Amino acid sequence: MSELLLDARGIRKNFGGVRALSDVSLTIHKGEIYGLIGPNGAGKTTFFNVLTGLYTADAGHIDFAGHRLDLGQAHQVVRAGIARTFQNIRLFGNMTALENVMVGRHTKSRAGVWGAVTASRATRAEEKAIVARAHALLRYVGIDARANDLARNLPYGDQRRLEIARALATEPGLLALDEPAAGMNASETAALRHLIENLRADGITILLIEHDVKLVMGLCDRVAVLDYGEKIAEAAPEVVQRDARVIEAYLGGPVQ
Amino acid sequence: MMPAPIARLFPRAQPKAAAFTGLLIAAAALAAVPFVLGMNFGNSWVRIVDFALLYVMLALGLNIVVGFAGLLDLGYIAFYAVGAYLYALLASPHFGLHLPLWVILPLGAACAALFGVLLGAPTLRLRGDYLAIVTLGFGEIIRIFLNNLNAPLNITNGPQGIANIDSMSVAGHALEKPLVLFGIALPSLYLFYYLFLALAILTMFICIRLEDSRIGRAWVAIREDEIAAKACGINTRNIKLLAFAMGASFGGVAGGLFAGFQQFVSPESFGLLESIMVLCMVVLGGMGHIPGVVLGALLLAILPEALRYAARPMQIWMFGRMLLDPEALRMLLFGGALIVVMLFRPAGLWPSAIRRREFASAEKET
Repeated sequence: MSELLLDARGIRKNFGGVRALSDVSLTIHKGEIYGLIGPNGAGKTTFFNVLTGLYTADAGHIDFAGHRLDLGQAHQVVRAGIARTFQNIRLFGNMTALENVMVGRHTKSRAGVWGAVTASRATRAEEKAIVARAHALLRYVGIDARANDLARNLPYGDQRRLEIARALATEPGLLALDEPAAGMNASETAALRHLIENLRADGITILLIEHDVKLVMGLCDRVAVLDYGEKIAEAAPEVVQRDARVIEAYLGGPVQ
Repeated sequence: MMPAPIARLFPRAQPKAAAFTGLLIAAAALAAVPFVLGMNFGNSWVRIVDFALLYVMLALGLNIVVGFAGLLDLGYIAFYAVGAYLYALLASPHFGLHLPLWVILPLGAACAALFGVLLGAPTLRLRGDYLAIVTLGFGEIIRIFLNNLNAPLNITNGPQGIANIDSMSVAGHALEKPLVLFGIALPSLYLFYYLFLALAILTMFICIRLEDSRIGRAWVAIREDEIAAKACGINTRNIKLLAFAMGASFGGVAGGLFAGFQQFVSPESFGLLESIMVLCMVVLGGMGHIPGVVLGALLLAILPEALRYAARPMQIWMFGRMLLDPEALRMLLFGGALIVVMLFRPAGLWPSAIRRREFASAEKET
């Protein structure tokens, strides 16, 4: 396989007495779609939150594109090139779709107080570029027609797309999607799948948490399975599907 | 068709000549205000408007913290106090220092910004009610410090306050003396009006520019959803501290002007009620909306005074004689007016489009 993009080693996270993640290690290669699956409560979202800096890990470290990530510092993780979406969509509901994506350009723009107040030539050019880029991203995910609608008024599927556009605005090397198909109907899921395939074709590596097994098996190059905070398998989807421990984790103990 | 946000980014899109004429008329109207008031109602009204302009600056500063970034601050008047005392200490016989205005005002802004960061840093993880309580405590701490810092070393002169503060002078002219310009005598109160007006407009200008910038968007993003803001790469700690510092610096400048105008400061000018008053101006005008906040500040600064004057004739007209002391009645009416406004316009008198939507959606959900 190609170049290593993300290398997580021994990630451990406890919540009080509960061990949510015990020494999870996984690697993601450049250009692949990597699935993270597991039964409810297996620690998938916890791993996401550690990876994207919303939680601090109790042990372990993550290297991304050759640099050690500053875990627990969400904005540093974004700067390093990892963007995410949320399982329960978190848009800026009272801002327009366009403004949401413009916020996503924060790390890629630099205007400070002085630039903003004087509206210097550089600041004005930057603002213009931010608007142009935001429109381009909305077009990319297919919702530019709704650029001036409030995010909260968009249909559910478009909100998911908007969240992806906002994440893309940070120019990520790795896009982490937390259950992007949750609550979607069949045609919306098919459209989402198309979008994710486009993203991969455009060179973005994707980490996907998903419950829709068909989607995961159809899309992912490799899949890791978490169960009770432990990684119990990591392989190509066909291999994982036949893994005895995985079947046990999903269906309970072997049938007596 | 031009999408709305782009039109907002480039407000110069309207015809230049029309905008220029409009600006000229507005400038002439604002310049005429003290003359109209002074000749028809007496100079005490010019003084009231001078104070109202200071409140405009305060409300705009607090609006950055409360309106843009969504951080409830009940101790805002502390920064006003910092600015005022800094002016008092650096330009009065108390320490024998007499620094000029253009040194003290930036220093006051910087010093207040520093205090803003001091308040912001320990409260970064707090929101809503909890933040309100801590900021309330901070405001009281500053006031109590000012009240007690007269022993063992006399710094603030304690409850007596600092008197005989130098008046401000601009371009070599002390504003406490009238200025004769082209044969027109401008009384001192008028000169203060023009200075305060210039600085209030500057404050407004800075706020408008900030609102429509990368920084302004980051503030609103934090107000809307702090976790999502972090996931967009916003360093929420720094951006929040920036909101506290910017807001505080406007308060510091207004405080310096207050000290130079009154030529006397004492701790009792900086009580909790003042903080609440400024917060009321922001909320009543329309949180996060600059024209609304200015309107709120002007109304709340002028209305109580207008009621003081109106209370007597109103009672005689209604009942034929005085029933209630005007002083007591005006606060009653003032409180009543606040309640009525908040009942019928919960998003403020002149809310921004975004806030109106927030309130509308909140109503739908409940």
